[in-house]
Amino acid sequence: MEFLLYCYERRAVILLAGLRHVEVSLIAVLLSVLIAVPLGILITRYRRMAHVVVNSANIGQTVPSLAILGMVIPVLGIGLKPAVFALVLRGVLPIINNTYSGIVNVDRSVIEAGRGMGMKGREILTMVELPLAFPVIMAGIRTATVLSISVATLAALIGAGGLGDLIFQGIVMADRDLLLSGSIPTALLAIGADLLLGGVERRLRKGAVQEAF
Amino acid sequence: MPKVIIRFDKVSKVFADGTKAVDDISFDIYDGECVTFVGPSGCGKTTTVKLLNRLIEPTHGTIYLNGEDTAKADVIALRRGIGYMIQDVGLFPHMTVAQNVSLVPRLIGWTKGDQETRTDDLLHLVGLEPSSFRNRYPHQLSGGQRQRVGVARGLAADPPVILMDEPFGALDPITRAQLQDEFVRLRSRLNKTILFVTHDIDEAIKLGDRIAVMRSGKVVQFDPPAKILRDPVDPFVRDLVGKECGLKLMKLSKIADIMEPALTTITEGASVMEAKQLMAERKSDILFVVDNQGNFEGVVHFDHLQKRDGGRVAEVMDRATLTARADGEIRPTLEMMLKHKQVWLPVVDEEHRLRGIVTMTHFVCFFATEAGIQGTAA
Amino acid sequence: MSILAYFVKSANLILKLTLEHITITVIAVSVSTVIGVAIGILITRYRRAAMSVIGVSGIIYTIPSLALFGMLIPFIGIGIKPALIALILYSQLALIRNTYVGITTIDPSIREAGRGMGMSPWQFLRMVELPVALPVIMAGIRTAAVMNIGTATIAAYIGAGGLGWLIFRGIASVHTEQILAGALPVTMLAIGVDYFFVLLERALTPSGLRR
Repeated sequence: MEFLLYCYERRAVILLAGLRHVEVSLIAVLLSVLIAVPLGILITRYRRMAHVVVNSANIGQTVPSLAILGMVIPVLGIGLKPAVFALVLRGVLPIINNTYSGIVNVDRSVIEAGRGMGMKGREILTMVELPLAFPVIMAGIRTATVLSISVATLAALIGAGGLGDLIFQGIVMADRDLLLSGSIPTALLAIGADLLLGGVERRLRKGAVQEAF
Repeated sequence: MPKVIIRFDKVSKVFADGTKAVDDISFDIYDGECVTFVGPSGCGKTTTVKLLNRLIEPTHGTIYLNGEDTAKADVIALRRGIGYMIQDVGLFPHMTVAQNVSLVPRLIGWTKGDQETRTDDLLHLVGLEPSSFRNRYPHQLSGGQRQRVGVARGLAADPPVILMDEPFGALDPITRAQLQDEFVRLRSRLNKTILFVTHDIDEAIKLGDRIAVMRSGKVVQFDPPAKILRDPVDPFVRDLVGKECGLKLMKLSKIADIMEPALTTITEGASVMEAKQLMAERKSDILFVVDNQGNFEGVVHFDHLQKRDGGRVAEVMDRATLTARADGEIRPTLEMMLKHKQVWLPVVDEEHRLRGIVTMTHFVCFFATEAGIQGTAA
Repeated sequence: MSILAYFVKSANLILKLTLEHITITVIAVSVSTVIGVAIGILITRYRRAAMSVIGVSGIIYTIPSLALFGMLIPFIGIGIKPALIALILYSQLALIRNTYVGITTIDPSIREAGRGMGMSPWQFLRMVELPVALPVIMAGIRTAAVMNIGTATIAAYIGAGGLGWLIFRGIASVHTEQILAGALPVTMLAIGVDYFFVLLERALTPSGLRR
């Protein structure tokens, strides 16, 4: 098919855009994890805050991604920084929620056993709660990753680069091949990341069950 | 000759994975009887019963309901004509008690008014005050209350046949005993053919007119409870029935079975003269006093009569007499007699009408007979 | 010019775009619900297909909206059509999965009692399965609605109209007021619709299921 030929010819551009896309998403996800996981752990210790934080996170998740992107610009301008910022804003919410619910839903009796054996709070966290909650946290990270890839596509508009550039240009120039050369890799990237992290999550779930015994 | 309502003719059920849950069984069930199906888990009792309302379809054989092949009937109409009650009840959580109970009538097309009347009647019947329970939701009911609603729901369209699959299995022992007693009470008021599945042999004995003991898909014995207790057909049934056969048999017999029915009675309106005459005639020291309807009033002794010559029996009789119930059980009655040091008791029925007399001799004869039979069996 | 002044000046435009936005969302959610719930009910009858169907709708859900638009346009053109199709496709996961879960997690004893009493499958669906599954299905519709508002915002770029138009215009011309004239109303719309559905869920939950 001529389309495949087209992609082959423009492979450098596509690959570069793809790498850029991955780079932006990855930075955003890592930052999200660094911010959101500790925050999630924090609110499991201060349950009164939890209610507020979780509710706000839920409301935050209803806000359209484009609106978030748009509202970041007056504050941070355009380019990579505001793009990553918008991605992080989008990504922390599911991670906070999942960290919180993952830890809170750890079997009480396991924690009591740990406490009974003389484990300190910190040890319980690192050796019991986090490992057991990890699959759920992973699910949150997986959601955040897919969201980041999605918003990164839009962020091409504000100069962040990535496969979104090809899509936007393709629409504007009514160039079918260009359009598809951006859309299909983006879709594959998102699906691929989801499947990969899904596999990790599944393996963690099996492992967590074994660890509990 | 009682009518055959249900006939299983060489019925088998083999599941897709090869398990033979029901293995070539044949039996008849008569109009108005309660048959309990009992056996260990996996014996096929639930499967057998579900073959009747076609929740499970037979692999071989035919099942007849009122002479008609159930396989040829419209399955929905068939099920609406059979009451069905299960262990977890399965009340619809989004409907009120009243809506649950009136469901089948509603499906059939009863008018709203008829549905409401019927619902209230049924709630009364199962011991739930309609005005307080009608609008409650299942999650607001206790386990026993839910089971009662389940019974009401199964009876709503007045089906002639009822299937009950371990209906009391999920309840605590006290509630279970209560509901079993109410089941017995209800049965006498409703004329229905009942198939009752249970894993509890005591429940089967208590509630069944006949018991179908099942094992590995076959009906091992199909007899009245007394026969199963006296003549278990093989060691399996004997083990199932348990060690306390004698006690269980004793529980099955009623005072009415062992008492002396014929009696000399006199009405309280009769004169003392007549009483003395009757005593002389019958060579009896005691007469039982009844009123004009035959209700037991008391006794009159020879000694009472000696004090006077005139007057009515009513004035000299002894009213404070202990009585035994015709439907009472052997052991509790015996205990009562021993406790009050009575060697005989008048026997009355639930309406307090005089039925007979029971003495220690009758008890002795009863035990001797049982021992004799058991002796020959062993 | 200040943000407020811009808002006032463009009030008509904002209103028009909001209406467009709502219209496209309402159409998409309605059609999605009919299709999604129907498919959800179907896979409760054909359980073997269930995992694959839910899986496929999940994969579609993962695709970034812009990419999905990009893949539809060469075949359908631009404008409202590809936008609606994409919105409907996105909503399927939430609706199919919630319908399926809502129905299959009904206590098996309820199912057995209903069958044993002589309810036909259609009667059981109408009188028991759907009412009991309604809260879960409602939650799915809520998710779909909020998500569609977000996706519809992006669809403005491919000519579907709506408040996204202001955001894209504002980004392109570096016009903060214009961006906010689109971003703020659409945010409020999303939050408002979410809250509306929370209330609707509560109102529609049969009281027997409310604990």
